[in-house]
Amino acid sequence: MSSTANAFFEGLSRFDVKRNSHHPGWMKGLRRSALQWVAEQGFPTAKDDAWKYTRVAPILEIPFEPAEPAISRRLSARAIEKLAGDLGRARLVVVNGYFAPDLSSLKRLPAGVKVMSLAAALAEDEELLGPFLSRPFREQPHAFTALSAALAEDGALVQIPANTTIEEPIHVVFVSDTGASPLVSHPRSLVLAGANSRATIVESYVGILGDVYLTNAVTDIVLEEGAVVEHYKLQNEPETAFHIALLDVRQGRGSRFSSHSLALGASTARHEVRVRLEAEGAEVTINGLYMPQNDQHLDNPTTIEHAAPQCTSRELYKGIVNGNGRGSFDGRIIVRPGAFKTEASQTNKNLLLSESAQVDTRPRLEIFADDVKCTHGAAVGQLDEDAVFYLRSRGVPHGAARDLLTYAFASEMLGLLRVEALRSRVERMVAWRFGGVAAA
Amino acid sequence: MLDIKDLHAKVEGREILRGLSLQVNAGEVHAIMGPNGSGKSTLAQVLAGRESYDVTGEVLYEGKELLAMSPEDRAVAGVFLAFQYPIEIPGVGNLYFLRTALNAVRKQRGLEELDAMDFLALARERMKLVEMDPSFMTRSVNEGFSGGEKKRNEIFQMAILEPKLAILDETDSGLDIDALRVVASGVNALRSKDRAMLVITHYQRLLDYIVPDRVHVLANGRIVRSGTKDLALELEKHGYTELEQQPAARPSPVLDGAL
Repeated sequence: MSSTANAFFEGLSRFDVKRNSHHPGWMKGLRRSALQWVAEQGFPTAKDDAWKYTRVAPILEIPFEPAEPAISRRLSARAIEKLAGDLGRARLVVVNGYFAPDLSSLKRLPAGVKVMSLAAALAEDEELLGPFLSRPFREQPHAFTALSAALAEDGALVQIPANTTIEEPIHVVFVSDTGASPLVSHPRSLVLAGANSRATIVESYVGILGDVYLTNAVTDIVLEEGAVVEHYKLQNEPETAFHIALLDVRQGRGSRFSSHSLALGASTARHEVRVRLEAEGAEVTINGLYMPQNDQHLDNPTTIEHAAPQCTSRELYKGIVNGNGRGSFDGRIIVRPGAFKTEASQTNKNLLLSESAQVDTRPRLEIFADDVKCTHGAAVGQLDEDAVFYLRSRGVPHGAARDLLTYAFASEMLGLLRVEALRSRVERMVAWRFGGVAAA
Repeated sequence: MLDIKDLHAKVEGREILRGLSLQVNAGEVHAIMGPNGSGKSTLAQVLAGRESYDVTGEVLYEGKELLAMSPEDRAVAGVFLAFQYPIEIPGVGNLYFLRTALNAVRKQRGLEELDAMDFLALARERMKLVEMDPSFMTRSVNEGFSGGEKKRNEIFQMAILEPKLAILDETDSGLDIDALRVVASGVNALRSKDRAMLVITHYQRLLDYIVPDRVHVLANGRIVRSGTKDLALELEKHGYTELEQQPAARPSPVLDGAL
């Protein structure tokens, strides 16, 4: 490990010894081995293929400290609504990685549905939850999943019993409120969707303008047979923050999962999605919209693993890159031996709005089975000059014409957001960014 | 209203317009006819402000230097081009697009901007001119429209924006006879003493429906003949071949009825 990486690591792991005392034995063991892993393997660099596009070095240069559970004076339920929107009644708020009961509103959930602090849930039933927590680190370790395994204290648990439907979205808001010193939080979340259950989960990641922090988030979603889960993630951290996240999804027989990732904020953000289709007939759709501007780097590595026959995956990611922004889409599809009648499609489209905007797109198909249908396509382009001229010839000013066409490029993704309050919120954010649209 | 003097236009080093001159007065409809490649569409694009051409010469529009104006400034000043190939713009609603355009024009004319409701009422009324199905309003601009629907949409836009100078670039191409009749009657309804029109077409057929005051023949980037509507009939009979050999001529009333 380099000396900066080492200092970063020391800064974060220093407090762990005293923190660890209340954890059960197995967890202490996991935490120790995860820290050991980072001490030995260090942090990923551009030489690690899976981290080719994500710049980790600037994160390691900041003297981060672990966040403590503390009552924030800057945050009220109203402030949370301003930051993350009001999407309905069920809202669980996590501040700096710790559940904030006073800011949450969890009334009137259907019987048997649990939406609660992960730490509290672990205290109740460590045998059920324990194995889930260690999995992302055990199966595909890297420094950030290891840090999460070693240092995460709390987050959200959403558990939907079999045959239960929740109509309203469950909104999990991750807020960072760090003040003067740069903090790291490791929010850890788990969504367990029982057989034939249905739910909609929205994750919002927000913070306070000017705060310097790192969110290192891991969310697991497990869908049992026939479960249907719609998942949304809106990352709107301030451009002084860093965001490293993994969404790890397991799907049972005939389950249907969709995820929409909206990457708007942060200085550097990595939104990794891994989906494993474990049993026949599972379907997954993962979509993403990333809009780096200024000096933002927004990366979207995705892995869809077809491990069983007759599963379907669809992927559509769009990037709009402006200023010195940089975006990437790294889409891996693995079709395991025996996963016959797999259908997989992947599309990545990018719009570059400035000379210095940059995007990397890499489709990776690894097919080890016969009788599969896999398609992929990637495009990088600029605004269509014919369309710009058409709009201008009708009196729309040049800047507004460009904004309108840029918004139109994004609108395909916005139209896919089925939670209306979220969609109109994101529409406003995108329109605001392309000012010519909002004015009209 | 429009005074073009010695207009030259080049694209990628190739000269397409080679000294074109033309005068159009308010209230007049002029037809520009010519074979493929004669520069008809280039003329339309240059007048609308397409920036991919290298242009010299002088174009006065209501006494102002048109060539110095941006495409959007020309539009708000009352210049309108009905495109030969209208552009599909997925994700931009027809109605939204047109209201944005109309309000840009209204602002320039010192009129109040129209809100969505008032605009909708206006749109419904003008849509009838070209017998357009109201469902087109809620769709993206030209997306998935047939050739005929696109052309109707162009004339519908013209009816909304009420330009002073309308340039119709091959509005008849790709239309069957019924669609042609509808589009032409929409155009005729918009003829007025304050509005000039430049109707660009390859075929005489359109001019049976939109009867021009003057007809000009464009060949090799210049106007080689000018005359009344009878000139179009003559062309229909003899084709363009003969005319292409002729030297450039300035439009002159002397030629009227000469054929």
